[in-house]
Amino acid sequence: MNGLALDIAHLLAGSMVLVSFLLLYQDRMFALLNIFALQAIVLSASIAWQAYIQDAPHLYVPALIALLLKGIVIPLALRRVVIKLGIHREIETVVGIGPTMLLGIGLVALSMVIMLKATSTADPLAREDLAFALSVLLLGLLMMVTRRNAVSQIIGFMSLENGLILAATGAKGMPLVVEISIAFSVLVAFIVIGIFLFRIRERFDTVELEALDASRGERP
Amino acid sequence: MTSLAIALASIAGLFATSILAVALSKLPSRNRVVYSAAALACIALLAVGLLRLGAANGEADAVMTLPIGLPWLGIHLRMDALSAFFLAVINLGGFGASIYGIGYGEHEESPGRVLPFFPAFLAGMNLVLLADDAFSFLVSWEFMSLASWAMVMAHHQEAETRRAGYVYLLMAGFGSLALLLTFGLLAGPTGHYAFITMRAGEHDTISAGLILILALIGAGSKAGLVPLHAWLPLAHPAAPSHVSALMSGVMTKVAVYGFIRIVFDLLGTPPWWASLLVLIVGSVTAVLGVLQALMERDLKRLLAYSTIENIGVIFIGLGLALAFQENAMPAAAALALTAALFHALNHSLFKSLLFFGSGAVLTATHERDLDRLGGLIHRMPVTAFLFLAGSMAISALPPLNGFVSEWLTFQAVLLSPNIPQWSLKVLVPAVGGVLALAAALAAACFVRAYGIVFLGRPRSAAAAKAVEVDRYSLAAMVMPALLCLLAGLFPGPIIDAIGPTVRSIIGAQMPVQSALPWYTIIPIAESRSSYNGLLVFLFITISTLIAVEVLHRFASRAVRRAPAWDCGYPDPSPLTQYSAASASQPIRRVFAGSLLHARETVEMPPPGSSEPARFRLALKDVIWETIYAPIPRVIAASALRLDRFQFLTIRQYLSLVFAALVILLLGLAIWP
Repeated sequence: MNGLALDIAHLLAGSMVLVSFLLLYQDRMFALLNIFALQAIVLSASIAWQAYIQDAPHLYVPALIALLLKGIVIPLALRRVVIKLGIHREIETVVGIGPTMLLGIGLVALSMVIMLKATSTADPLAREDLAFALSVLLLGLLMMVTRRNAVSQIIGFMSLENGLILAATGAKGMPLVVEISIAFSVLVAFIVIGIFLFRIRERFDTVELEALDASRGERP
Repeated sequence: MTSLAIALASIAGLFATSILAVALSKLPSRNRVVYSAAALACIALLAVGLLRLGAANGEADAVMTLPIGLPWLGIHLRMDALSAFFLAVINLGGFGASIYGIGYGEHEESPGRVLPFFPAFLAGMNLVLLADDAFSFLVSWEFMSLASWAMVMAHHQEAETRRAGYVYLLMAGFGSLALLLTFGLLAGPTGHYAFITMRAGEHDTISAGLILILALIGAGSKAGLVPLHAWLPLAHPAAPSHVSALMSGVMTKVAVYGFIRIVFDLLGTPPWWASLLVLIVGSVTAVLGVLQALMERDLKRLLAYSTIENIGVIFIGLGLALAFQENAMPAAAALALTAALFHALNHSLFKSLLFFGSGAVLTATHERDLDRLGGLIHRMPVTAFLFLAGSMAISALPPLNGFVSEWLTFQAVLLSPNIPQWSLKVLVPAVGGVLALAAALAAACFVRAYGIVFLGRPRSAAAAKAVEVDRYSLAAMVMPALLCLLAGLFPGPIIDAIGPTVRSIIGAQMPVQSALPWYTIIPIAESRSSYNGLLVFLFITISTLIAVEVLHRFASRAVRRAPAWDCGYPDPSPLTQYSAASASQPIRRVFAGSLLHARETVEMPPPGSSEPARFRLALKDVIWETIYAPIPRVIAASALRLDRFQFLTIRQYLSLVFAALVILLLGLAIWP
């Protein structure tokens, strides 16, 4: 395996992290969807590259799934949802953008430290990949924590899951079944969450999560 | 091999009896069938134990592996000298309790709650002794606890019993957890659960210390060491009396066995402070146990507290053995361990006897409260005589057996100047003083118990109408009483029988005593000390006979009838006698003021009122208040605080998960 192949794999995985930061920064709904689509496309490219350098043709299947499902179907569907719900206005973030970005940088540093330490004996390709994947995962979780809107929480969840897939494909010899099942479980989660979104909207006239708290009786 | 097979067959028989007890629930003579079968199995197991002890030297340990239990482990069984000794002790007590049960069980209102568990309990205790791997040890230990718990709960209609059962279950679970951790540490990270591999393991000082502490907690909570004794005075008396006898006299010995097995056998070299810890815990247990027994009004609870004291005495013996062993003084260590084992045997005998006696009193009067008993010596003369024998034995009066083992313990204490460490040099004589105090208080305690229950005039109508109990119960009481006397008169053969057990643990044993003339025992050297129970007995008997004869011959031959001296109280009410509280008042004022928070108050009526003044006595269990009572408070307070986490918003929950993940990752990053 030559150096160039490694470098390209790193470039793609690193781009995933970069796109995660874009997601974290973005506070407009449609732009958020577009960036999520971009992340899915980068993910797909990364998986495809892994398939190429690991000489594992079965990995092209998850790459295709990621491209079609997450790059096209889910963003389009979410766009329809957003239009239907009429929430294409600005997103309020709980913590300011600046502190969130700083926190994100800290998380990336943390995952680098941990992964480089924990996998000192592993294959160098997998090592870097795992560190990037963990960063993407943590950034997705951070996004879920800092956003109020249910749609952007879905985006956060999907981006977290992208990190999982990145980790799974980066490691050699992971069975295809695992990747595919992750991809489909996310699709199912998307459908379920989508239905719930409409149900919530029907009942509370909003998809802000605070409304749910009020209905549980904690706030007057 | 064959002896182990017989033992296993007997244990299987006990289990079968358990099932039989359920199957025969319609049979009117079920009680007799079940207890007789249990007694037979006990006899067989007793014989196995005694034979192994008799043929001990040179015989290889019987080993067996059964292919049941965990798939790759099976059940390892082994009978060495230590298990054989305890097998004998336990089945002797089990046999007595079974015979007693034949008579006593007839009075049981709901025999279905006791009968199936009684043989199972015996089987569990025997299996603990034979277990040779941690898994089967723990399973049998837990089985023993649960079977006894079921019998404690036999009279579950009473709220007090339910509370006792609850506390017992908690403490048993806690003790088993400690034992589980002990075995985990003994096995080490790569170890195997079989005892034979544990014995070979090496332990550094920290893990050896942890093993010692955990074993002391695990076995000590079952034995009743202070401060883990809280359940014992609740649970032991709550069970039917023959079960109380088993729990107090026998199950605590299983706990002692567990401690000896882990600390002396499996651990190898305990840390240097092991003896200090065991000695201190043992002496505190002895004094606190007997002091609370002295304050107690309930006869069975009094006996349970006295069990705690005797466990303290046994652990003092074990602590001395540890101290001598660590300083390479095998002869002294053998003496101390012999004393501890002898006392374990003695305690199982006289505590069974006393619980049988209290059961007889309970059957005859339905009373356990000392202040509602009295004068039973006239209505239950045989029980009274046997209870007296038990009281004398437990008070360590020569020529009975209690004296011998306590005397041996004192002989071991007196060897302490030879120990090089200053800590032990200072501590051991203090322990000796505490032991003497405990022995004296125990004597006072049983003078009070016997005097109030059997002497004087009856304090209630029930006590006045008591009748003697059935002959099975009496026979069951005669046996331990006789054995108490025999063990006191002929301690030499018993010490020799314990010898191989001690040799297998310490590597040395006490000098052979049987060869000495007149059944004298000489623990160390004749110039130092010797004791002869038989001569003491003969002296007491002959001098008493002579005194009686002389008095009758020279003082007055005629029988005169005259009004008894009324001590200045012309009122014939039984209330003018000593009560349970007043009999212990002097000792309470001296010792219990700070230890048990005894407070006496006299409430005077207002001037002009004709009401009587009232005397109130308040006692506080300091250990319960400082250690146990705060636990539920802390749990409730923290639960209240944690309750807030139940009403978070979805985002806050997510943040919690996120924060937990990040903190764990940070920990991982910082971890060296």
